[in-house]
Amino acid sequence: MNSILLFVLLILCIFSFYYGQSRIKKISSASAITVKSLPHFYGYYQALWCALPAFLVIVFWSILEPIVVKNLILNQIQSTTLQELSKNELTLLYSQIVSLAGNNFSGNITEAVKQGAFSYKNFLSISQSSKIVLFLCAVIAATLFAHSKINNNVHAREGVEKIFIIILFLSATAAILTTVGIIFALLFETLKFFKTINIFDFMFGLSWSPQRAFVRDAGAVLTAAQVQDLKDAFGAVPLFAGTAFIAFIAMCVAVPIGLFSGIYLAEYASFKQRKWGKPIIEILAGIPTVVYGFFAALTVGPFFKVLGNSLGVEVSSESALAAGLVMGVMIIPFVSSLSDDVINAVPQSLREGSLALGATHSETIKKVVFPAALPGIVGSILLAVSRAVGETMIVVMAAGLAANLTINPLEATTTITTQIVMILVGDQEFTSPKTQSAFALGLTLFCLTLILNFIALRFVKKYREKYE
Amino acid sequence: MDVIMNEEKIIAKDVSVFYGEKQALFDVNLSIDKNKVTSLIGPSGCGKSTFIRCINRMNDVIDICKVQGAIEINGHNIYDKSVDVVKLREKVGMVFQKPNPFPKSIYDNVAYGPTIHGLANNKTDMDQIVENSLKKAALWEEVKDRLNDAGTGLSGGQQQRLCIARAISINPEVILMDEPCSALDPIATAKIEDLIGELKETFTIVIVTHSMSQAARVSQKTGFFHLGKLIEFDSTDKIFKNPSNSMTQDYITGRFG
Amino acid sequence: MNREIRLKKRYAAEQRFKLYGVISILTALFFVGLLLFKVFSGGATAFIKTTIAVEVDYNKELLGFEASQIPSMEEVKQADFYDVTYQAATGFYKFSNDAEEKSIRTMLSGRYEQEIKNYLLNNPDLLGKKEVLYLTTSDDVDQLHKGNFPRDIPEERRRINNFQLQVYDALVEQGKIKTKYNNYFLTNGDSRDAEIAGVGGSMMGSFFSIIICLILAFPIAILAAVYLEEFAPKNRTTEIIEININNLAAVPSIVFGLLALGILLNTFGLPRSTSLVGGITLSLMTLPTIIIACRASLKAVPPSIREAALAVGASKVQTTIHHVVPLAMPGTLSGTIIGLAQALGETAPLLLIGMVAFVVDIPSVPTDPSASLPVQIYLWSEQAERGFVEKTSATIMLLIGFLIIMNSLAVWARQKFERKWM
Repeated sequence: MNSILLFVLLILCIFSFYYGQSRIKKISSASAITVKSLPHFYGYYQALWCALPAFLVIVFWSILEPIVVKNLILNQIQSTTLQELSKNELTLLYSQIVSLAGNNFSGNITEAVKQGAFSYKNFLSISQSSKIVLFLCAVIAATLFAHSKINNNVHAREGVEKIFIIILFLSATAAILTTVGIIFALLFETLKFFKTINIFDFMFGLSWSPQRAFVRDAGAVLTAAQVQDLKDAFGAVPLFAGTAFIAFIAMCVAVPIGLFSGIYLAEYASFKQRKWGKPIIEILAGIPTVVYGFFAALTVGPFFKVLGNSLGVEVSSESALAAGLVMGVMIIPFVSSLSDDVINAVPQSLREGSLALGATHSETIKKVVFPAALPGIVGSILLAVSRAVGETMIVVMAAGLAANLTINPLEATTTITTQIVMILVGDQEFTSPKTQSAFALGLTLFCLTLILNFIALRFVKKYREKYE
Repeated sequence: MDVIMNEEKIIAKDVSVFYGEKQALFDVNLSIDKNKVTSLIGPSGCGKSTFIRCINRMNDVIDICKVQGAIEINGHNIYDKSVDVVKLREKVGMVFQKPNPFPKSIYDNVAYGPTIHGLANNKTDMDQIVENSLKKAALWEEVKDRLNDAGTGLSGGQQQRLCIARAISINPEVILMDEPCSALDPIATAKIEDLIGELKETFTIVIVTHSMSQAARVSQKTGFFHLGKLIEFDSTDKIFKNPSNSMTQDYITGRFG
Repeated sequence: MNREIRLKKRYAAEQRFKLYGVISILTALFFVGLLLFKVFSGGATAFIKTTIAVEVDYNKELLGFEASQIPSMEEVKQADFYDVTYQAATGFYKFSNDAEEKSIRTMLSGRYEQEIKNYLLNNPDLLGKKEVLYLTTSDDVDQLHKGNFPRDIPEERRRINNFQLQVYDALVEQGKIKTKYNNYFLTNGDSRDAEIAGVGGSMMGSFFSIIICLILAFPIAILAAVYLEEFAPKNRTTEIIEININNLAAVPSIVFGLLALGILLNTFGLPRSTSLVGGITLSLMTLPTIIIACRASLKAVPPSIREAALAVGASKVQTTIHHVVPLAMPGTLSGTIIGLAQALGETAPLLLIGMVAFVVDIPSVPTDPSASLPVQIYLWSEQAERGFVEKTSATIMLLIGFLIIMNSLAVWARQKFERKWM
């Protein structure tokens, strides 16, 4: 349906363009005065006015239609059925109705579904016809408006350019919309979650076992034991600790190796070494994280386990050490290329000043270059930490699933991102606190990385200003 | 009899410098006297800075730069394989065109050299070295109350004197100055020039400058470079009053440059 | 003398420091090498499959036709192949009881019936004749032949029983076991059986997602970058948009998955598990990357170009469209390709929008349920069977191959078209 409308619109646009162009030519040759813009701008003007309002109609209608129709149908069902239906049942019923209306329902057709499908089709056809009517109205009204504007007194190019800049601005706000979307999506479910679970129990609770929170409607009345159960199920501290711990192990690997690599590449490497070394290290950055996960789960994890067994130490096959180590490897190129950049930005005159005093190269690096580059390096490391905290696939595949408050790197621990994936992969019950808790975790993660990035970018910005 | 009293500190023999394919210096021969100020003048890109950077092998920093010929200091060729650059630079200090204090405190800037070379045995020693160096650089009175302030916070002229203090803190024999006043205002320049006059009692000084009046004011000997060649090298008086080469004549009278 | 010792120490420190750098770089290179070696050594064999030469008798009577009848294609298609296939699948070795019969039959893949049937449909004149076909073996025989199963462990811990081992050895001796190019791997969809599982479906899924991502993200990103770099007034709104884009570029990818789940699936009711939603999610992630790359390229266009165009009376919009944007295109394109390469390797957000479903059919439109290459890697890595480990490595090889192609394309685009400004 939409594709037909868009196609019609395209034809109309092309037609409008030529119409506007030829009309202004006629006017200008008839009245023998110069028009303010070139003829094709009048064509664009006419075409844009023809296209934009109608296009907006299509977009908004397509977004709103399913929501409105669903609400109408559900209201109807609510009013006709006698017993109260839970939200889950309603959702199931609705999906049955939709598939029946689409003629691909295989199952027991009840009266309610049949009726629903009938009115669904009904609503849909009403909606479709009103969409077409509105679409045509928009096209006609806008075309008439543009038509009345086309004469030699209107500066068509300015009009076209104004519309162009508005389109540019709207595109730029897409990023804002994404952020708003993220915050809205996260907050909406999180607030529902905090209605059931106290925010302090979530932030400071020491036990995490969401599978204990059996599926339950948010509205149900709970016994005291159940309340306690919920409290014990959603204490996120083990996850925060696990995330921090694995990120810490990762940084222990990535910071020294990445930093020394960056320093070597920036200070010692010959042109040729740099030309080959840098891209090869950056291969590590281009490898998808799921590959690292595979590597951690099937190579490094078992290796540590075998190694531990031969030394007589108990090592979990999902040890924090394996996940952290592989994550560290992933972050090496991140640290090395950022610190390479930062070190290169230190002015050459400082190096010469130190060398001219008879300092060796490493003394110059340690005592002059590194301190001068420190803010930039700290910024890069913070950015790397933020990546480690938000990294998902490695920990999903190689870290543990059960929450475990430990500082033994050989045991399994779990992280925020692992739990989000574990909870949300598979069937989701959006009324259960278990599902909602994933969004609360997501919000925490979002805020955490936001703060880290913000501080890191500040550091880097300050550093850049210093040497520019 | 005057000639005999001059002890030759640095002797350059057929020095040629290449940047990759391009030759920047052609067979430069000259000798620099001890405890004198020698200035090198010439138009931009004539090779005078390249030459002065050869004297403490700062050109080693640039990968593509190759030096041929020999430069002897106290009779030893510094381009000999056995020569240690670190030891060489300890003896031959350098002050750069743009003041380049380290982003550290004034005290740490001066103390840096003595620390890496292990010249001070304790804190009192170090304080003494810093104070002496700053005094010699005529900066002590201005900064003695704020030694812990950042060196980068000083004015341009003060920064350059700090760099001079840093250079003399390790007690070198030679100080190379690469257009030390080009980034400074006239008052700061005058102070540095006075300082150069005092320092020559202790050190041998080579200064590159684009200002002919400065060369005339501070130096006893002057070399004129043009297109990578040493055109004329003689006492400053002779160069400015009665040059033997017509190109030198043209340059110092301002016909080109 | 004291100073000499000190100098020696300083040089030792210098050497040590340099050594740390070399060791670090070598460590990083070691990890690159180890990872690639691990993947390539384990994955290459997935492109080869083991087959058994089996004589198939396309007897007309076994197929249910009269001996004199000449059936049409349609009739052959409808024919009952059970007898033919059963005879073929059990005929390559003598057995004496039901257990042995079953052991023999399970040495072939679950697809042998289709293989036999399809071969006849492609070569109709074989009807009534005998033909030797190379039928795909089961995963267990395949792994045994590739040397991935130890033979000398007790029978109950082996996936292959003693009788099968005996049959296998006999077949090898007769030269009836051959390895061939694994045609299933690139064309088939997912399967529970490792020997016939392929990445065809997930490749299609990835392809659709990336195309949708490109269609959505590229134009919007360029328009946004042009606005911010060329037209935006220096005010609070602009500043907020800029900070926003920088932060968005560093938001963990899984958060975009939550966004897609909460908004695209639950609010707008888009279909779950489809590459359509996957593509939209990836486009939101890629948007900041392309915007940042495009802005950097726009910034690199010297102001003199703008002034020259403005000076001949072009409007600001004309200057931008005619001169600045075309000059910034090489950098933008290479940034876009790099962004798409990142999107191609992205897994976490796709898990949340249900692209982890087990999909056997190859998707033909973006609204069909599908997986994607990285998700396929995740799914197969959870499978314990040895055959899937090999398949996982091979999928990684494919994915890395695609990424290398894309990144080389980006480098090429930049070097070929970018001009240096003096």
